[in-house]
Amino acid sequence: MTDDLPAVRCTGLRYAFGDNVAVDGVDLTVRPGEVFGLLGPNGAGKTTTIRLITTLLRAPSGVVQVFGVDVARHRMAVRRMVGYVPQQLSADSALTGRENVALFARLFDVPRGQRRVRVDESLAMVGLGDAADRLAGTYSGGMIRRLELAQALVNAPRLLILDEPTIGLDPVARASVWRRIGEVREQTGMTVLVTTHYMDEADQFCDRIALMHRGRLRALGTPAELKANLGRESTLDDVFRVITGDDLESGGGIRDVRAARRTARRLG
Amino acid sequence: MSAPPAARPAVSAENAPNPVRQLASRVGTMCLVELQKLRHDRTELVTRAIQPALWLLVFGETFTRIRAIPTGSTPYLDYLAPGILAQSALFVAIFFGIQIIWERDAGVLAKLLVTPTPRAALVTGKAFAAGVRALAQAVIVLVLAALLGVALTANPLKLLGVAAALVLGSAFFCCLSITIAGLVLSRERLMGIGQAITMPLFFASNALYPVDIMPTWLRVLNHVNPLSYEVDAVRGLLIGTPSRLALDFGVLVLAAVVAIAVASALLGRLTR
Ligand SMILES: Nc1ncnc2c1ncn2[C@@H]1O[C@H](COP(=O)(O)OP(=O)(O)OP(=O)(O)O)[C@@H](O)[C@H]1O
Ligand SMILES: [Mg+2]
Repeated sequence: MTDDLPAVRCTGLRYAFGDNVAVDGVDLTVRPGEVFGLLGPNGAGKTTTIRLITTLLRAPSGVVQVFGVDVARHRMAVRRMVGYVPQQLSADSALTGRENVALFARLFDVPRGQRRVRVDESLAMVGLGDAADRLAGTYSGGMIRRLELAQALVNAPRLLILDEPTIGLDPVARASVWRRIGEVREQTGMTVLVTTHYMDEADQFCDRIALMHRGRLRALGTPAELKANLGRESTLDDVFRVITGDDLESGGGIRDVRAARRTARRLG
Repeated sequence: MSAPPAARPAVSAENAPNPVRQLASRVGTMCLVELQKLRHDRTELVTRAIQPALWLLVFGETFTRIRAIPTGSTPYLDYLAPGILAQSALFVAIFFGIQIIWERDAGVLAKLLVTPTPRAALVTGKAFAAGVRALAQAVIVLVLAALLGVALTANPLKLLGVAAALVLGSAFFCCLSITIAGLVLSRERLMGIGQAITMPLFFASNALYPVDIMPTWLRVLNHVNPLSYEVDAVRGLLIGTPSRLALDFGVLVLAAVVAIAVASALLGRLTR
């Protein structure tokens, strides 16, 4: 049955921007129903990996499958299964929350008769029912993130891909975003692929974690496994430090940090 | 291992429409979004009406009085109004390319491209959305022109033709702007180029003066400038001056289709 197929399977995935090899031979399997965390320093290649999975980039070599469907050959079929929230804050501030979600219901061909209900459900699921008719431009950073979650959910995707969903959010908003992700997953059983820079979040909310550095996966396992490998009393922060090593300083270029800051600023 | 099945399957998987219906649906969706934005913020409509108003009031009134430009039995203001109408649509459309770079920077474009929407459908949707906004702008300019006493047609069929010409022209210039966006990739450069080409496009057309009084080199430019065909059609339908409607609409349709194709091909460069 399709339920046994991995939600994502990458084999020998590679992508380079000119000479800059962003993804360097990644083999990765995300199991159906799990919350899978992709971690790594600025410029590690997390976003590039996600863009390869979401059909935004075409991999010159390597294979990506989403629930057994080849991304290179069946782009539209893959897109119909995926909900995607990019690293930037991407809601349209000139539209209301409801209009933002309805737009994606239409773009995903949700049948007209179901549209209203599905839009309302998605908004309610992320706790934006009351604010739905306000312009998204008046939302706080945390509300925008939840709105984007609703946009991604309106198609009831089998795979939800979130690129740093809590970047730049205050602790309360972070917790709220994660609570919504948890609730959605409980209700629907969808698979979640998420990147984050916050080790505490990964520890608490991810079933399995992959640590990425310079385009390669350096460690893979449950948070407990990763910590146990390093010895007792160690934290995920320690694991992160050991794996990325001293060259962390040179890891994320100014471009990466600037991009991350820009996202944070837009939240302000 | 057993995974919990998705509570609700992705409904849309079974509802994949045929390509033509999908294209129509995407175009409708993008136009609807444009109307929603217009409803929330009408100030842009007003600020963008200032320039055409000045052209009509200052330039139009003055040149009508001094009769510097030979437009036969048509008062110069009447002759000018369709040109200004097309100009304001041109400005609106060129702005759409700048907007798509903003959407790229904000991640909006990536999100749109991860929906089951082919690039050509997205670009066509944007092109017609530009047309919708240009039409809203055109209504204001038309009211202004009517207030200034321009003798406009009241024939609904001709007005429909005017709308069609404006939408096609806007679709072309929107895609021209997206094409340039796909080539230069940065907002600053695009804004520079956008500003650098809009006025020449306007001056190298029949918007302000008849072709007969142009020097030869300008006539050549006028010939390859889709704006001229847009103005010719609008002028013929709105004011009743002699025009070559079949040729005008032929050129406009062809230009729009080619521009949509080119812009779609370059859209990928923006998300790389
Ligand atoms: N559009 C692009 N053009 C050129 N190089 C790029 C582009 N996008 C990413 N890169 C480069 O590819 C590498 C991986 O970038 P990527 O955005 O995938 O990292 P990341 O792990 O998502 O980092 P962050 O945590 O900062 O978001 C980096 O060296 C980056 O500079
Ligand atoms: Mg990233």
